[in-house]
Amino acid sequence: MGQTAISGTEAPGFYDLDDHAHPEGHSTMLGFWIYLMSDCLIFAILFACYAVLGGNFAAGPGPRDLFDLPLVAVNTAMLLFSSITYGFAMLAMQRGSKRQVLGWLAVTGLFGAAFLGIELYEFHHLIHIGATPQRSDFLSAFFTLVGTHGLHVTFGTLWLVTLMVQVSRFGLIAANRRRLMCLSLFWHFLDVIWIGVFTFVYLMGMLR
Amino acid sequence: MSADHSHVDQSQGHGSMRDYVIGFVASVVLTAIPFWLVMTDTFSTGITAAIIVGFAAVQMIVHMIYFLHMNGKVEGGWTMMALLFTLILVAIMLTGSLWVMYHLNANMMPMPHDMSQMP
Repeated sequence: MGQTAISGTEAPGFYDLDDHAHPEGHSTMLGFWIYLMSDCLIFAILFACYAVLGGNFAAGPGPRDLFDLPLVAVNTAMLLFSSITYGFAMLAMQRGSKRQVLGWLAVTGLFGAAFLGIELYEFHHLIHIGATPQRSDFLSAFFTLVGTHGLHVTFGTLWLVTLMVQVSRFGLIAANRRRLMCLSLFWHFLDVIWIGVFTFVYLMGMLR
Repeated sequence: MSADHSHVDQSQGHGSMRDYVIGFVASVVLTAIPFWLVMTDTFSTGITAAIIVGFAAVQMIVHMIYFLHMNGKVEGGWTMMALLFTLILVAIMLTGSLWVMYHLNANMMPMPHDMSQMP
């Protein structure tokens, strides 16, 4: 390739003639990261909607009337605990201990389920007292943003259970390691989004 | 069992126990202080808002480094490039939306409140 003279008028062309090997899954992590970035854009749009519409209460209840900060703090703790227990599962995977991976995944799943339970309790309470998504712009934006995050956690938990079945049946094979690493990114990414939610929706809401 | 995972393992950074513990302790501190500030009304609203937004930004960076193991070398720097590109888009989208919508009311034609007079 190097011997071709590059003239000023002609753009150099390079052709990859050697068909080198592409091991299975070699680009999965980068591809999954790109997916997470696109998911990040979805949340950015929902945050922007909340920022624009969050002040329109339509003479209905506002954040101070509705939010229960101790409950949100417990919820935040559940997600944070699930993050570090997933980290422990990844460390167990590096050691090659299938039993410990399954144990830590189960703990992570329980924390995830506890988070979802508390969030559903909160939503049920809000709807019960009449603060439904139809009530005001603020509540529409709130339920869409927090609900989308909750939906992600739901699917993350389903994925986690699926992987527990996979690991228990087939062990820590290369494919399962790759899947566990993808879910690790997904799970920690959801915790990053939650930082934005509890800061901008709940804490800033109480200051409004 | 572990013969074939070398390629996958190199493609993404790996954390150690130390990383996860540092990240977790930092996150607990960075979460507890904002909640405490808001619950106790220690400072005025403006100062509290500035502090909790700052803490959130720092905690997101802590998560990126200690939980997601981000650095400039993973995947030859492409994950970092994708992240920076996304952050630029998010910044444009958020500031743009807020800016445009904040001025929307001011830029509207004055309207009488009683819309029944309108054609």
